[in-house]
Amino acid sequence: MKRLLTLFTAAAAMLTMSLAKADGELFIYNWTEYTPPELIAKFEKETGIKVSLDTYDSNETLLAKLQAGATGYDIVVPSQNFVPILINEGLIQKVGVHSLPNFKNMKDRWKFPEWDPKQEYTGPWQWGTTSFSYNSEMYDGKGTSLQEFFEPSEEMRGRLSVFQTPDEVVSLANIYLGFPFCSEDAKQMKQIQDMLVKQKEYVVAYNSETMSDMLASGDAVMTNHWSGFSRLGRLTGAPIVYAYPKEGVVGWFDSMVVPSSAKNVENAKKFMNFMMDPVNMAMLTENQGYGDAVKGTEAYYSDELKTAPEINPPADLKVFFAPTCSPKAQSLIDKVWTKVMQ
Amino acid sequence: MNLWLPKSAAGKRWLGLAPSYFIIGIFMLVPMVIMGVFSFLEPNPYGGVKPVGSLAAYVKLFFEYDLEDNLVFNPGYINIIFRSFQLSFGATLLCLVFGFPVAYYITLQPENRRNFYIYLITIPFWTNLLIRTFAWIIILGRGGVIETPLLAAGIIEDSLRMMYTDGAIAIGLTYSYLPLMVLPIYASLEKLDFRLLEAASDLYASRLEVMTKVVIPLCKPGIIAGCILVFIPCLGAFIAPNLLGGGKNLMLGSLVQFQFASARNWPFGAALSMLLLSAVVIMLIFYARAASKRASMEGSD
Repeated sequence: MKRLLTLFTAAAAMLTMSLAKADGELFIYNWTEYTPPELIAKFEKETGIKVSLDTYDSNETLLAKLQAGATGYDIVVPSQNFVPILINEGLIQKVGVHSLPNFKNMKDRWKFPEWDPKQEYTGPWQWGTTSFSYNSEMYDGKGTSLQEFFEPSEEMRGRLSVFQTPDEVVSLANIYLGFPFCSEDAKQMKQIQDMLVKQKEYVVAYNSETMSDMLASGDAVMTNHWSGFSRLGRLTGAPIVYAYPKEGVVGWFDSMVVPSSAKNVENAKKFMNFMMDPVNMAMLTENQGYGDAVKGTEAYYSDELKTAPEINPPADLKVFFAPTCSPKAQSLIDKVWTKVMQ
Repeated sequence: MNLWLPKSAAGKRWLGLAPSYFIIGIFMLVPMVIMGVFSFLEPNPYGGVKPVGSLAAYVKLFFEYDLEDNLVFNPGYINIIFRSFQLSFGATLLCLVFGFPVAYYITLQPENRRNFYIYLITIPFWTNLLIRTFAWIIILGRGGVIETPLLAAGIIEDSLRMMYTDGAIAIGLTYSYLPLMVLPIYASLEKLDFRLLEAASDLYASRLEVMTKVVIPLCKPGIIAGCILVFIPCLGAFIAPNLLGGGKNLMLGSLVQFQFASARNWPFGAALSMLLLSAVVIMLIFYARAASKRASMEGSD
């Protein structure tokens, strides 16, 4: 749903764009269903800036769009491993996030991250993890190991769903097999390929959109999932449990950046500053259920969110953040994926 | 006197056609030339192309470098292309089987009702294809519209597992493109002189013979046009394979999309599109040739 609803949101965005007034505009290009309307309404009310939203379904789409020369976006929200690419390709600009007034609110753990060591480009959005979820009424396992996902038991035949994005699946496989991310070692990649080909016998669908629906209907008993998105599925009443395997999970950090072609840079900075205010960031986290990087947001969380297992992982959970892969490593990942999909 | 207007008939004709040439040029030729040029360039590792000429994209269609960097034949992409053709062929056949009787039935209605039926045929186009494809998940899926009553009545005991299969893709494609089959067939059936059918019956043709020897040959152009209109979009379809088929096997459309997004190999994506385009053009040329041959044969009769 995520990917495909993009079409409508894009059409809607075009409509609103034409209605926007010339004074004080901000064009946000964000992942689908990742921008709560109430947050935008609050920003518009406080600043008088008219916000327009367009959406994309993956980092790859964002990169392709910016590479193809798309202009007019003031804020885009890539994941950490795409930030260096966007910087090197000259697609985003320095806006001095470290000097914004609300930067002081950022949690120390997330200040000056390795993908933006001087915090010139990126303002925090959400961070979360990629793992798998299962329907606890249909599955006896406890999700304690990635083995349950990559080398499933017989009961999982035709009931397993896997993400459609090779990077995330291969990263998780790297963690399971103890390989480094972005491996350039053909032997390791061959091992991953063999494992994924074998896993395919159990797969009902490769899907990055309707995971929770599939778990709820029982079309899938286990599926790749993102932490916050899994929570949203659970809140609809389905018995969905997000797994924290002992080998660890893939972490990601999405941040706001300003494209080089942005027309409303000052408004973009205002929006970044707005988002680093704990009241506003808490609204986002409440809506999305991933983690945030701003101090003091917890005070505004609902009781449900405070205790949600998806946002409160076990203390000993290993979270691995994927770096930017070299072209060689990337082409190996694509080779593996094409082989699995043949 | 306006000096800008051409005086000759040819010049006037050209001027009249200028808007069409302009539209075709801007919306068809320019994008195609860009694709063609991109397919002969080198990929930029992070999307886009480098202005360096290369045949690598076309080599990649048939060969790959194995783990020791030897160039070996790779049937993988050919298989994907073959699978797409197979599926499109199946969907076209299904559309024909369901579409022809519908078109025929509409033709047999009184004239004032026909337009109403045609109008009904076009109604699905008012809703986005995506939404309509999602609806099929609810129809075919576990605990869906088909399964639930069968389970309740005790006719089946377990899920039929209809979703995420090739059958589900075929149903989705057939449903999506059925109107494109019905409309051209109806257009040619509508012109059919029904006295010919009576004449055939008077000459002791059976009902089947009337159908196969009179009706079908006379509406052949409509059938062929319908088949082409269905077959070609099916080749590039990726909504139904992804949503209803579970994206387990790449189709041509998804493969091209994958090259522009995850794989960041624009030249290869462009080369695949060029290959698809040439296949379609070759098919159309054969069709046009067959049609003109038939026309000249009929002319000489």
